[in-house]
Amino acid sequence: MKKDSAEKDLLYRSKFEIIEPYLYLLPFFLGVAVFTLYPVINVVLMSFQEDYSMLTRSFSGWGIGNYVKTLNDPNFWQAIRNTLHYVLLVVPISLVLSLIIANLLNQKLKGSAVYQSIFFLPMVTSVTAVGLAWKFMFNNRGVINYLLGFLGMKAIPWLRSAQGGAYNMTALVVFGIWNILPFTIILLLSGLQNIDPQYRIAAKVDAATNLRIFFRITVPLLAPTIFLVCIVNTISCFKVFSELYPLFGGNPGSMGNLYTVVYYIRTSMMQYQDYGVASAAALILFLFIFVFTMAQTGIRKITERRKVS
Amino acid sequence: MKKVSRVFTYLFLTVAGLIMFFPFFWMFLSAFKTSAEVTASPPVWVPSSFSLINFQLAFEKAPFLRYFFNSILVMVLSVGVTTLTSILAAFAFSRLRFPGRKTLFTLLLSMMMIPFEMLIITNYRTVIDLGIYDTVWALVLPFTSSIFYTYILKNFFDTVPESLYWSARIDGSSNWHYLWKVMVPMARSSLTTVILLNALASWNSFMWPMYVIITDSNRTLPWGLQVFTTEAGSNPEQQMAASTVVVLPMIILFLFARKYIVGGVARGGLKG
Repeated sequence: MKKDSAEKDLLYRSKFEIIEPYLYLLPFFLGVAVFTLYPVINVVLMSFQEDYSMLTRSFSGWGIGNYVKTLNDPNFWQAIRNTLHYVLLVVPISLVLSLIIANLLNQKLKGSAVYQSIFFLPMVTSVTAVGLAWKFMFNNRGVINYLLGFLGMKAIPWLRSAQGGAYNMTALVVFGIWNILPFTIILLLSGLQNIDPQYRIAAKVDAATNLRIFFRITVPLLAPTIFLVCIVNTISCFKVFSELYPLFGGNPGSMGNLYTVVYYIRTSMMQYQDYGVASAAALILFLFIFVFTMAQTGIRKITERRKVS
Repeated sequence: MKKVSRVFTYLFLTVAGLIMFFPFFWMFLSAFKTSAEVTASPPVWVPSSFSLINFQLAFEKAPFLRYFFNSILVMVLSVGVTTLTSILAAFAFSRLRFPGRKTLFTLLLSMMMIPFEMLIITNYRTVIDLGIYDTVWALVLPFTSSIFYTYILKNFFDTVPESLYWSARIDGSSNWHYLWKVMVPMARSSLTTVILLNALASWNSFMWPMYVIITDSNRTLPWGLQVFTTEAGSNPEQQMAASTVVVLPMIILFLFARKYIVGGVARGGLKG
């Protein structure tokens, strides 16, 4: 505060300098206002406007009809169920795999640049394009079934089954894990690099085994990062859509029962032109994300306070 | 014992790396296979010739050259404008004084948790109202300012000592001059990260183009590729050739700029 007044004494501010900050902010805020702030407010309003028509831009009245309609739609519940399934499978499995890989990468290795490049590649490549490669690999006569044949497994109709939706989900989850792994490894790796190596050296002196060091030192010290990864990945998995689309040629699974929440929003909007239901579903999605973000900030504050004291 | 764990490390990472790379490997190889080779069972591993015929056929069946050009255009415009608006806003939040500066910035940060999926419904309508529906402008305008990139740049600007600013000001430098002649050159590394992350997000963007582009010649690569595979009964080997075209530029970019991209991701994540 004191400094601010000192600055004022130091420099005489012309009229231009008083409005100058707003000129710097103007272009930025124009974009934020039109394409973020306004849509947030509008989507809340729209979710309470009944029978909204995009053609006439009119609606019949205010009410909770869209929410009632959404919550009574079996497709919506199917979308929630599938999305939760996806989250509960992808988040823990990718966490465990990433923990192992990040821990192994976090040491002096020959060719570590090559390893890193390979592990991080899925992060920079188009989900649509690699999704097509996975679709091709998951074909009935594709390379995955061929390789599984060596393990004595019969060909599995991953993407085409007419009865087993579980195969569809498995394919989606495998692709999802592969896709989210780089991001997870990077976060964990940067968390590992922040751990003081002294702890590990001290444990080594006391002749602790690597496994013991991993579970007794690394994992506890990495707990805040692990938690962050879980939250961030849960949020991003809640929004699963771009992985689903190329795998099934734009359909929600081979039997049309692999709706996810974001896919549901899309269908309500583009297929049924029901913008109210789409808005209501989007708000329910946001509610999930909000709760998880709050949990994250809450826990972060607690751990930071602990560090200080 | 130590040797054993060393061997295990390399073995595990190599096997895991091979699995991670396999989809790319398979995509690249299949792009060169003939129709017969690509559907053969058991699969043919190495194509008989490395001719570019599948690329040629894919480019004939769908206007991939046009998609490629659109992708570049959208990327250059949106990354260029976003970088500019982010630099200006970050500087204002970091150095300039105006009432409510901190509150406003906190408010913006909290807006980062809003998923784009939630904004699509209204933005779709806005794009129609602006008369840019089904044009490349619909892909550019909504992505001209970013809270996340502004946040990264502001964080860097905050690390530049304030005394530098005041000594420049006393020497008669204007804010504008100080920003472009002192701050921006110093922020080269943060700027590179911001530009690269933004370029990746723009190039790979799929969902939004799918909502707002219906004319074939206005599509960008991922959306064009997706339509190509569902519409005209295209063959898998041509699909893999087209996918290679989408994926390869970003792989090359990544190999050259890994440090910046990984650093940026570790700091706050990728969009989406």
